[in-house]
Amino acid sequence: MKFDTPATTNPIDQLKVIGHATSRIDGPLKTTGRATYAYEWHDRPASPAYGYIVGAAIAKGRIASMDLSRARSAPGIIAIVTAENAGKLGKGNYNTAKLLGGPDIDHYHQAVAVVVAETFEQARAAAQLVKVDYAAAKGSFDLSAGRDGAAKPPGRGDDQPDTTVGDFPGAFASSPVQLDATYTTPDQAHAMMEPHASMAAWEGDKLTLWTSNQMIAWTTGDVAKTLGLPKENVRLISPFIGGGFGGKLFLRADAVLAALGARAANRPVKVAMQRPLMFNNTTHRPATIQRIRIGAGRDGKITAIGHESWSGNLPEGRPETAVQQTRLLYAGENRMTALRLAMLDLPEGNAMRAPGEAPGMMALEIAMDEMAERLGLDPIEFRARNDTQVDPEHPNRPFSQRQLVECMRIGAERFGWNKRNAEPGKQRDGRWLIGMGVAAAFRNNLLMKSGARVRLDRGGTVTVETDMTDIGTGSYTIIAQTAAEMMGVPLEKVVVRLGDSSFPVSAGSGGQFGANNSTSGVYAACVKLREAVAQKLGFNSAEIAFTDGQVTAGNRSVPLGQAASDGELAAEDSIEYGDLAKTHQQSTFGAHFVELGVDVATAEIRVRRMLAVCAAGRILNPTTARSQVIGAMTMGVGAALMEELAVDKRSGFFVNHDLAGYEVPVHADIPHQDTIFLDETDPMSSPMKAKGIGELGLCGVAAALANAVYNATGIRVREYPITLDKLLHRMPDA
Amino acid sequence: MKSFTYEKVSSPAAAASAVVSNSNAKFIAGGTNLLDLMKLEIETPSHLIDVNGLGFDKIEPTSDGGLRIGALVRNTALAADARIRRDYGLLSRALLAGASGQLRNKATTAGNLLQRTRCPYFYDTNQPCNKRNPGSGCAAIGGVTRQHAVIGASDACIATHPSDMAIAMRALDATVQTARPDGSIRDIPIADLHRLPGDTPHIETTLTSGELITSVTLPKPVGGTHIYRKVRDRASYAFALVSVGAIVQRDGTGRVAVGGIAHKPWRVEAAEAEMPHGAKAVAAHLLEGASPTKENAFKLSLVERTLGAVLTEAKG
Ligand SMILES: Cc1cc2nc3c(=O)[nH]c(=O)nc-3n(C[C@H](O)[C@H](O)[C@H](O)COP(=O)(O)OP(=O)(O)OC[C@H]3O[C@@H](n4cnc5c(N)ncnc54)[C@H](O)[C@@H]3O)c2cc1C
Ligand code: SF4
Repeated sequence: MKFDTPATTNPIDQLKVIGHATSRIDGPLKTTGRATYAYEWHDRPASPAYGYIVGAAIAKGRIASMDLSRARSAPGIIAIVTAENAGKLGKGNYNTAKLLGGPDIDHYHQAVAVVVAETFEQARAAAQLVKVDYAAAKGSFDLSAGRDGAAKPPGRGDDQPDTTVGDFPGAFASSPVQLDATYTTPDQAHAMMEPHASMAAWEGDKLTLWTSNQMIAWTTGDVAKTLGLPKENVRLISPFIGGGFGGKLFLRADAVLAALGARAANRPVKVAMQRPLMFNNTTHRPATIQRIRIGAGRDGKITAIGHESWSGNLPEGRPETAVQQTRLLYAGENRMTALRLAMLDLPEGNAMRAPGEAPGMMALEIAMDEMAERLGLDPIEFRARNDTQVDPEHPNRPFSQRQLVECMRIGAERFGWNKRNAEPGKQRDGRWLIGMGVAAAFRNNLLMKSGARVRLDRGGTVTVETDMTDIGTGSYTIIAQTAAEMMGVPLEKVVVRLGDSSFPVSAGSGGQFGANNSTSGVYAACVKLREAVAQKLGFNSAEIAFTDGQVTAGNRSVPLGQAASDGELAAEDSIEYGDLAKTHQQSTFGAHFVELGVDVATAEIRVRRMLAVCAAGRILNPTTARSQVIGAMTMGVGAALMEELAVDKRSGFFVNHDLAGYEVPVHADIPHQDTIFLDETDPMSSPMKAKGIGELGLCGVAAALANAVYNATGIRVREYPITLDKLLHRMPDA
Repeated sequence: MKSFTYEKVSSPAAAASAVVSNSNAKFIAGGTNLLDLMKLEIETPSHLIDVNGLGFDKIEPTSDGGLRIGALVRNTALAADARIRRDYGLLSRALLAGASGQLRNKATTAGNLLQRTRCPYFYDTNQPCNKRNPGSGCAAIGGVTRQHAVIGASDACIATHPSDMAIAMRALDATVQTARPDGSIRDIPIADLHRLPGDTPHIETTLTSGELITSVTLPKPVGGTHIYRKVRDRASYAFALVSVGAIVQRDGTGRVAVGGIAHKPWRVEAAEAEMPHGAKAVAAHLLEGASPTKENAFKLSLVERTLGAVLTEAKG
């Protein structure tokens, strides 16, 4: 189905199932431990062996020699695979660094071997006996040192590193009110609960991988490319994923090493990446240095806005696109953005939840708060004065929907924003300095082709199959709701099967594009199935209604299952998009409000209340949408207050590479969280009229906290995370 | 993890003979620290002697009005004990500030005292570390040191002792009772149990080979207001950046021990004389000779400010 004109009324608008708060249908499987996560298919494959990964001990250089003799003679050892004996390996389209290193080492903890043994414990013990001698080389590990040498990265299509509109330098220089500030965000880890894990089994030259992956088609292709197999010979199965946040968008070492280990061992092999390896072995969100300049008139209207961002990556890696939102969020006639990329020998930087906007909004939304203060304006009023209903770089492109100001105003009322004392450091509650902060939320809505197959059996059960994934987000549930709405059956009559490369290719889970696109793909397939049902039952499909398990036209009504009485009916289709995303800018908007306390003696920061107001198209399921947003708000608290991969700039690795060292919020850090979804439908986005929500909830949260810290203390911290040592020396006497 | 043999002993004598006949043996209690370190091959005992059956799991009054805490009393049980809560509130509060409920259910009094540092370089076996691998160097010095010691450290090691409980024990003047393999027993004042790193950071305590902790004794209660203040970025389930354990009497005198800043619970009795004069005076004495890194210099003012808050709180 081609979607190239705005959606009109369609069966989804009935809202009998869609739009209703619905608990996740896969919940019972998870709470009873029956969900088959990658490492946990206890019934298959038969008698697997276990692989344990050896990570490189240096950040850059070469393996001078490797001695496997002691490991080989350890109890239970079946095979050891290294780059030397693995055979020729390709590199996946979505990988920057090789997944099996050697002889060259590209980053710390890059896999250099997988040790396969009868038991996990034997593999782990033998892995310690693998002796590797390295010839270390000098590397670059310090972004701030590499800043001056950073280059302009190549553009990709419409996605260019630099943009300019009007005369930014001139307009900025002549603005009566100016801000020129630099902000930094650290390297961050996905740190999801389930590690990267895979089980591999070969049948001849056909490979089955049970894995944990967000993007089945990308990864199937990259497995084939890496191992030199035809794509048809690779089957990926990934029905349950214990969190990904972008860390599982791509093929990673666990899958490649499970496959290589299984080939060498001549039997199935399972590999779970050990937690202390995850932080340096896999990808992370790269650190940024961001310079923001804003010039405005005394009327509070922005006349010049400039945003430059520096990040680092391995050769061939991409920059963190932290200036993205600044191209779209606020008005201003003179504009510039620029991305610069330094070559670093740290582990591979890549997408993490809301790449670009998450770190970009961390900086921009502090800058807006600073600017509002300079103008003597309330930060909400300042944003309202600079609202724009068109893409400010291309004013002929209107936003499809944009309710940023509404989000802010509704949030302000709900949160009691008027109780905030605009003068910082004035609100006290016992030993706590109290502050409130606000920030805009913004994240683009991406349209991606997505396919599905739907099948109807004679009992009236509808089965949906798509390679879409559910990374804990609720895909199973909203897909079931979509099929139920379209086919007029209750939710219990829908079976959803996901995450299998033998199913039609979907958008996958990433970039908050999963929900809208994958359900639209299911919509398209259901439209086809409805036609097939109508034809089978001899109905004229124009006036036909699918309700309560019945197909009705005029006064004839037949049970839906009857259409499959002499055999299952199946239909497959995908949603494909025209150029509505070119003619209209599609984005999601919101506002984040935070109240927190700062201990006057210790400068410890404790959040008290949070509110997010979101305008993100049709909310398909308020329960799962809320879970996405409060989860994202939690992640934003981590980004603001504690998350930082600490770089050892001498040896080039992230030092705090376990969950004791890399702190993420715990329950005690998270207070009452509220969410409000504005009633919105976006006919430009898809037949579902929905947009993304999963990343919007993160973008801006950290800045709202930073602004609240400022309001509480009068101390402006521009380097994340805002830990107490950055406040302490400027705190008032207790 | 290296393979090891395991036995469970039911008497101190059996523990002693097990330790004598196995040169590379270790006691295991709750296992919450030891097993993690064994998985990473930071600890590589060839024999584990499980002491959970020794019956050291009671809290009993002593003849001079104190309490004897069995070495195997779980952190949860110790924190919840009515006598501890009433007379040694500092200990209860310090325990509850540590780890998580699940861990405290397993963790024992002796194991807690003997837990090893959380220096991230100690945990990464690719890195040089004098504590893990004597003579290999110290990767932390010149590296990421926000958590490390600011006082009492050496050129060989700048690690901290991570225990919360030990800070309270130190302020309470606890003594540690032990049994040696030859059957002799002794009392070690808590102040003498942990060592500064010096040139031998791998030798962390004054216990001798095979010496078993049997109990920890608290002297008669000293009254006063008991406050344990643990400072950290994350609200729970994080080791202290700095912690202050204090007992403050009505006249402003008292005791204070500090965690998160040294290789052992940090207490300077002479500094306590300054308590009536406020936190600044105490901190100046307490931190005399401190040599922080650029990254952890904030701990000096954090100690002073936290202590200030504690003294204010004690005044009520
Ligand atoms: C995730 C995590 C978070 C934590 N957070 C904190 C925290 O915030 N604050 C804090 O204070 N602690 C914290 N801890 C540490 C925890 O308190 C210790 O792991 C625990 O107290 C150790 O007790 P155990 O009985 O399990 O010791 P074990 O692991 O059994 O033993 C530890 C050591 O003591 C020796 N040993 C044990 N019993 C005896 C004995 N009777 N005589 C002689 N030697 C003995 C063992 O040989 C071993 O060397 C944390 C631990 C973890 C895993
Ligand atoms: S500080 Fe101590 S524990 Fe840490 S690396 Fe140095 S020697 Fe090892």
